[in-house]
Amino acid sequence: MQISGAQMVIEALIAEEVEVVFGYPGGAIMNVYDEIYKQRSFQHILTRHEQAAVHAAEGYSKATGKVGVAMITSGPGFTNGVTGLADAYMDSIPLVLISGQVPMSLIGTDAFQEIDAVGISRPCTKHNYLVTDAADLPRILKEAFYIARTGRPGPVHVDIPKDVTAQIAKFDYSKEVDLETYKPNTKGNTRQIKKAIDAIAHAKRPLLYLGGGIINANAAELVREFSKMTQIPAVETFMARGTLRYDDPLLISMLGMHGSYAANMAMSETDLVIGLGARFDDRVTGKLSEFAKNAQIIHVDIDPASISKLVNAHFPIVGDVKNVLEQMIPLAKEQVDPKRYESWHNTIANFNKLHPLSYKEEGDRLKPQWVVERIGQLLGDGANISTDVGQHQMWSAQFYPFTRPRQWVSSGGLGTMGFGFPAAIGVKRADMDRVSINITGDGSILMNIQELMTAVEYKLPVINVILNNNFLGMVRQWQTLFYDKRHSSTDLSVQPDFVKLVEAFGGVGYRVTTKEEFDAALKDAVEKNVVAIIDVVVNRFENVLPMVPAGGSLFNMMLEYKEK
Amino acid sequence: MIEQTERRVISVIVMNEASVLSRIAGLFSGRGYNIESLTVAPIPDSKYSRITIVTAGSVRVVEQITKQLHKLIPVLKVYEHADLVETEIALVKIPMSESLGDVEALTHAYNGRIVNVGSDTMIVMVTDEPMRVNHFLEAIKRFHPKEIVRSGSVALER
Repeated sequence: MQISGAQMVIEALIAEEVEVVFGYPGGAIMNVYDEIYKQRSFQHILTRHEQAAVHAAEGYSKATGKVGVAMITSGPGFTNGVTGLADAYMDSIPLVLISGQVPMSLIGTDAFQEIDAVGISRPCTKHNYLVTDAADLPRILKEAFYIARTGRPGPVHVDIPKDVTAQIAKFDYSKEVDLETYKPNTKGNTRQIKKAIDAIAHAKRPLLYLGGGIINANAAELVREFSKMTQIPAVETFMARGTLRYDDPLLISMLGMHGSYAANMAMSETDLVIGLGARFDDRVTGKLSEFAKNAQIIHVDIDPASISKLVNAHFPIVGDVKNVLEQMIPLAKEQVDPKRYESWHNTIANFNKLHPLSYKEEGDRLKPQWVVERIGQLLGDGANISTDVGQHQMWSAQFYPFTRPRQWVSSGGLGTMGFGFPAAIGVKRADMDRVSINITGDGSILMNIQELMTAVEYKLPVINVILNNNFLGMVRQWQTLFYDKRHSSTDLSVQPDFVKLVEAFGGVGYRVTTKEEFDAALKDAVEKNVVAIIDVVVNRFENVLPMVPAGGSLFNMMLEYKEK
Repeated sequence: MIEQTERRVISVIVMNEASVLSRIAGLFSGRGYNIESLTVAPIPDSKYSRITIVTAGSVRVVEQITKQLHKLIPVLKVYEHADLVETEIALVKIPMSESLGDVEALTHAYNGRIVNVGSDTMIVMVTDEPMRVNHFLEAIKRFHPKEIVRSGSVALER
C-alpha cells in the first residue's frame, strides 16, 4: 500500500489499537492533523497546552497500562511537551510522542519553529527517532510502540519533518519488530531465585519492599498472593500505592521521607529486604550508609542498571517482576513457613502503636489530612486519585485508602507541579465509570489551569480538590524547618477566586471551610457529574509528618513539629 | 567522601547509525565526565561500529555509566574492565633542522618510522601502547616537535 507519511501515522495508530490521542496542532504537523480530521477510528483530544497533552497521555497510560499517545508540533510545541517526556521517563510510563519538524531541507537553518528536538529529548526518553524517509516510518513507529511498552517501560519520541509526512512510500506494518541490540530479559535467573527463596526461608525479619515496577508489570495480584502465603509484611513506595489494599494486615504503610514511623523502622530493623520493582530512590532510602543496615538485599528489577545502583544487592534478579513472582511462588510454598515471623509481626505492631500515621484536629479549621481521608470514606474504590506535587501529594499518599493498582496517579520521580489535572483528564478518559479526583494545591493547580477548557469541552468531569493553604506548602515547610522561617516567595495570599474561575470555563465551583460544606460539595459535584473545583480552605501551617530530613537516616524521623 | 578514581577503557559495539555517538557522549557529559579519548569506526562486513572510550572517573560512576550504556537501544555489547590489548598512534611534526638519524633511532625504539619528509619538516609516526606513546612523546621533546596528534586508543579484548 503506497500512502503518505501522514497517512502512515494514522494507519500505525490504528494498528496499535490506539483509542485516543492527546495533542495540539501546529504548522509542521498539519499534514498529520489533516488525516486525523478524515478518520473515525480514534478520538483526538485537543488539550490547551502541549505539556498537558503529554501529561494526559501519561494519566491515560497509568490508568490502563496501555501506551499513551501524544502529538505536538515543532519548536515551541515540542519544547512545551518536554516536561511530560521527562516525567514519563522518570516514572517509567509507556508513551509515544509524535512531533512535527520543519522540512528536511530547512533543518539546521534556524527555520521558523525549528529546534533540534531529538537533541533535546535524548536524555529524557527511552529512545528517540528523527525520521528522514517515509519508507522508514512504519518500522520506526512499530519499534516506538514496542520499545515504549517492553522491558522497563518509558517514553519514545518520534520527530517527523513536514516533507516526510507528505512523502509517498510503501506501508507495511506486518513485519515483527526485530532489534538485535534490544532484547529485554524478562525471566529471572532460576539459580538466583532459588538462593533468594532460601534466604527468605532462613530470615527472621524479612520485609517486602514494593515498588512502582509492580504496577507497570501488572503484578499486584501476585504480590498479594505471595505476601498472604508467606505472611511477610510489606512497605510500599510512593509509586507502589495500591499494590496491597490499605486494610491488608500485612501492609505497614508507605516508607521514605514522609513514610510512616512503622514502615521506616521496619526497614531499619529488617534482616532481609525483598525489593520488587523498586529502585532505592533517595526519597526512600534517606542516608544510604544507614539504610537497612542489618539486612541482606534481594533486588528484583527489569532494569539491570537499577540493580546495585545505590544499594548493593546480595541477590540480584533481573526480570519482569510478574514472571519472577510466578517462579518464586511455588518454591516459597514449599520452603517458607508462614508462622516463622510472628515475633517480627509483634515488633511491627508495636511500632504502629507507638506512632501511627495521624494528625490533630484543631477547632473548626479543616485539616488537609481529614479532607483526603474523607474523600476516601465517601468514594473509596469508586475514585481514581491523581495529584499534583507538594504537601497535598504526600498527604494523599499517606491517608487515601487505596484498594487497587492503577488507582493512584502521581508524578513521583520528576515531581512535576501541573501534572495532576491533565493526568486526571487522561485517567477519566480511560475509566469513565469511576470518579476522577485531582487532589491539588493552590500552587500546583495554576500550572495547568487552562485544562479546565479541555475537560469541559470533552465532558471529562474531573473534580479538582484544592487543599488551599495560601502557600507553596512544601517549600514553606522546608523554610520553616530549615531556613529559620524565612518564607521566601512562597506566600500565595494573592489568589484568584477559584469558584468564579471554574465557572468562567463552564464548570462548577465550591468554596469550602467546614466539614459539612465539604461533604455537600463533593456529593454535589459527583452527582452533577461536571468539571469542578472544590476550593478547600485548610490550616495554613500544617506540616507533612513524619519527616526524614533530606540526607538523614530513616530511623531518625521528625515525628512532630514544635514551635520554637 | 573521596572516591577512588582510575583510568578506564570502555569498548562498545553499536549499531552504525546517525544518533548513536550523541547518545553515548551524553551519558558522560550529563555527569560532568570528560572523555579522554574516543575512536569510532565501522566493523567490516557488519552493520555495527566499535567505539573505544578512555575516561577517568570514580569506579562507581564509571560502572553506572557502563550499565546505562547497555540500556541504550542501539548498543549491542559493552566491554569494560576486560583484558584488553590497547594501541594508539601518534604523529609528530619535527623541524628538518633536527638530526634525521637521531629522530629515526628514537622513533624506531617505539615501533615507529618517519612517514613524511618535506623541505622544512618531517613527520614521524609511532604505534604502541598508550603508556609507551606517552614515553615517546616525552623523549621526542628534545627534537622540538612543532605539532603532535594522537589517535586515541583502540582496543580489543584478548
